[in-house]
Amino acid sequence: MHRIGVFICWCGSNIAATVDVEKVAEVIKNEKGVVFSANYQYMCSENGQQLIKKAIKEHNLTGIVIGSCSPRMHEQTFRRAAESAGLNPYMVEVANIREHCSWIHKDKVEATEKAIILVRTAIAKVMLNAPLTEGESPVTKRALVIGGGIAGIQAALDIASAGFEVDIVEKNATIGGRMAQIDKTFPTLDCAACILTPKMVECAQNDKIDILTYSEIDYVQGFVGNFTVTIKRKARYVDEKKCTGCKVCMDACPSKKGLNEFNMNMNNRPAIYIPFAQAIPNVAVIDPAQCIKLKTGKCGLCQMKCGAGAINYEMKDEYIDRKYGAIVVATGFKPIDLKDFNEYAYADSKDVITSLELERLMNAAGPTNGTLLRPSDKTHPHDITFIQCVGSRDVSGCGKPYCSKICCMYTAKHAMLIREKYPDTKVHVFYIDVRTPGKNYDEFYRRAVEQYDVDYIKGMVGKIYPQPNGKLLVQGSNLIDNEQVLIESDLVVLATAIEPEPSVRKVATLLATSIDTNNFLTEAHPKLRPVESPTAGVFLAGVVQGPRDIPETVAMASACAAKVIGLLVKDSLKTNPCIAQSNENMCNGCSQCANVCAYGAISYIDKEFRLGGGRTEVRRVAYVNPAVCQGCGACTVTCPSGAMDLKGFSTKQIMSEVEAICKK
Amino acid sequence: MDNLQNEIIKKATALLTDKTVDRVIGWKRGEFVFDPSPATFSTVESLKDFVYNSFCGANLSKYLIAESKKEGKIAVFLKACDSYSFNQLLTEKRIKKENVLPILVQCNGMLDIFKIKNEEGEVVLDVLDNGETVTVKSPYGDRNLNKAEVLLTKCLSCKGFAQVDGAEEIRVSESTLPNLDRFDIVKELENMSEDERFEFWQNELSKCIRCNACRNVCPACSCTKCVFDNNDSGVAGKANADSIEEQLFHVIRAFHVTGRCTDCGECSRVCPQRIPLHLLNRKFIKDSNTLYGEYQAGAVVDGKSPLTSFTEKDPDPTEAVNMEGVKNA
Repeated sequence: MHRIGVFICWCGSNIAATVDVEKVAEVIKNEKGVVFSANYQYMCSENGQQLIKKAIKEHNLTGIVIGSCSPRMHEQTFRRAAESAGLNPYMVEVANIREHCSWIHKDKVEATEKAIILVRTAIAKVMLNAPLTEGESPVTKRALVIGGGIAGIQAALDIASAGFEVDIVEKNATIGGRMAQIDKTFPTLDCAACILTPKMVECAQNDKIDILTYSEIDYVQGFVGNFTVTIKRKARYVDEKKCTGCKVCMDACPSKKGLNEFNMNMNNRPAIYIPFAQAIPNVAVIDPAQCIKLKTGKCGLCQMKCGAGAINYEMKDEYIDRKYGAIVVATGFKPIDLKDFNEYAYADSKDVITSLELERLMNAAGPTNGTLLRPSDKTHPHDITFIQCVGSRDVSGCGKPYCSKICCMYTAKHAMLIREKYPDTKVHVFYIDVRTPGKNYDEFYRRAVEQYDVDYIKGMVGKIYPQPNGKLLVQGSNLIDNEQVLIESDLVVLATAIEPEPSVRKVATLLATSIDTNNFLTEAHPKLRPVESPTAGVFLAGVVQGPRDIPETVAMASACAAKVIGLLVKDSLKTNPCIAQSNENMCNGCSQCANVCAYGAISYIDKEFRLGGGRTEVRRVAYVNPAVCQGCGACTVTCPSGAMDLKGFSTKQIMSEVEAICKK
Repeated sequence: MDNLQNEIIKKATALLTDKTVDRVIGWKRGEFVFDPSPATFSTVESLKDFVYNSFCGANLSKYLIAESKKEGKIAVFLKACDSYSFNQLLTEKRIKKENVLPILVQCNGMLDIFKIKNEEGEVVLDVLDNGETVTVKSPYGDRNLNKAEVLLTKCLSCKGFAQVDGAEEIRVSESTLPNLDRFDIVKELENMSEDERFEFWQNELSKCIRCNACRNVCPACSCTKCVFDNNDSGVAGKANADSIEEQLFHVIRAFHVTGRCTDCGECSRVCPQRIPLHLLNRKFIKDSNTLYGEYQAGAVVDGKSPLTSFTEKDPDPTEAVNMEGVKNA
């Protein structure tokens, strides 16, 4: 017979203000199997834990239920306390009467009633708990970084500096990411390439780092410490080992009308190309949609001219499997599509551009070699209007509800750089608020207003009218002067909202990690575990988790690296004992469980069973590898006969919880 | 039909004579023309009772689960619809492939004795299949019926043969069967109001006497221990005790076979209460097709069932519940 102890926590006033904790403890005393019930201000405190330990020993408890915050918070605390008092840690159940009860209810009577039900439910479960023992699994001492932007580069460098091997998988033909496209960086105005490219080179030279460009994650199996990742190496049609980066092929290529993605499609590139001068690896790639040889079979000029014999039109996509202990997701961002913003005439006028396009127009390696010229007629603009929050903080449904965070600062940067280089240019900035928290950030913005005389106008732009004379008539409002403003500009720059790179959805699915409605990956805890994903062994760096600028991204990447290193230095990890188990007497051997197992934990054995009457039968039955199973439960719901069950979360336990909830 | 039966018996005789196989699984003559039953034949002499006529609707593939585990090799005759079940059971590793010799046999559509009796009354002495028509002999005389009207429901939308590896085929002529859209009736049900639909199923399912014939014949329902027989499962039950149970038994069963049901129609064929159970399965198949793309269980061995595999095109569950056609369960 079970002897259950129940401990109701006040959590200060977090629970006690809405739930009558004394009443809960009192009512629960009468539950079948309960021999001890108490309430205390902070069960997680040293004193609270002592109370639990003492009760376990004095009352010979065989199981305990804590009515407190979410088990995500303190389940470990209470399990350890139970263990130190000699009780198996898996004989502890937490009834969440805070997040699931006190925090979401106002009425004390209702909340108290619900708390009692929740505690009863946990009692129903603990009655069916069985002592469990943790196992161990080894750790593969190699990390994977998905995304080769500044976040991925920094994370890889830091992990490598601790002596661990790390692979960067980048979908584009070079690492560098968005930062490589940026001209200057705030708040110091040093050139992005000057600070980024040394890090790219460092990656290439580090023998612990393997850079896999033009590659994507195709499939992920396994779990923390033991991931197996299938990487798709897209056909590059150029042998990375042979290509010297001499660019002779680029001159030879007759198909020169490809849009140059690196320059935001504002100029052209050949079908075979190296994305930019400092590309790592400095190896050409062929765009199969543009290459005449690949499309028609006729041409082959680049192959003829290539002295290194690097070009191979027969190249096929390749798939490689690698094992990793930890994964950093750093897939970055892209500016949002502006198709729903007709009012800004982005589609109608070449001279309405996004901020990232402006970066390229001002960059020495850009389409205009660094001279700021209007895309339409290649003349100098003398009046430029910036519009902030284009698609950011937008609840109309066209844009994004969040603040993209970087636009205020880069718009101040653009305004200042233009005023510095072209003092005869008038610069207006339409803004809702200017948000500049960060070291030296507000000073930077004030310099734009005070020293560079940038015309900041509080208000939004209603419409932009392209004029017959080539100018753009900007109609906006000035909320401070409470008046309509009409400005004739030569160029309009839209501070376009940023969103996570869309391919992250696939990555999130493959990694079985959670993603929010804006496609940002979710962190394990918004305050206390900001770089960990809820999936153990998966870490988040950069804009993949939320909008952030370069310094924050780098800090986050280094934080990820610290987490990864902390994981990889371990030789083995404790494994969760709440894993699946097959009842061989009921197993059909149908393989459905193995089909859905994301971890490859299930295999099959032929086993002899007695049928009675001296007869036997050999049947194929499932075997769960306890070191590999992660206890996700997918197999238990797939099993047609119900042979598969989860230790600690058995169907019986869950059904008995449901019954306890429904019981009047 | 006699010609076809002769060919099949000839084949079975040859296989048993030259010891290619030790046993043959086929259909055995019953009291009447319309009640042959599945049987194994291990000697040439026993084949005198072998029959292949228009009432051999029974799907033989499920018997292979037990039969293929026995000593020696066994030949099995598979009609078009049976071939899918055979592949599905191979996919689920339930049949010992190396012990089985599959032989595909021509099928001209199987007759539904219930439909015939519905037309002719309870006493039917003999039925002759003339191709386009059937002649029913009863104490009240002979009558010709349009064959399409007395075919088993499953034969009204025949899928043709699945691709069965290493199978021989016995065919003496071309068979033509009606090709109706199997989802037409499902659509009709979807178009009903919730109340109408509830009433429809309430009506049908309340006829259930819980004889378990549907479960026992179903090739997908082949668990070593069925949840309904397992006292630990919490849903065990053998009697039609209350309305919840009568509704849930069939719905749970349909859920359990989703993604594995080949739509062989055996459940409806054997139901003594004439409940159109295959409609539940077809609804699930239709929904699965809408959500995850066309999939035919058992079309090939080791096909990827949409419910146990993931592709990038799979819709979000939130989108899925609102998709047209899926909405109305």
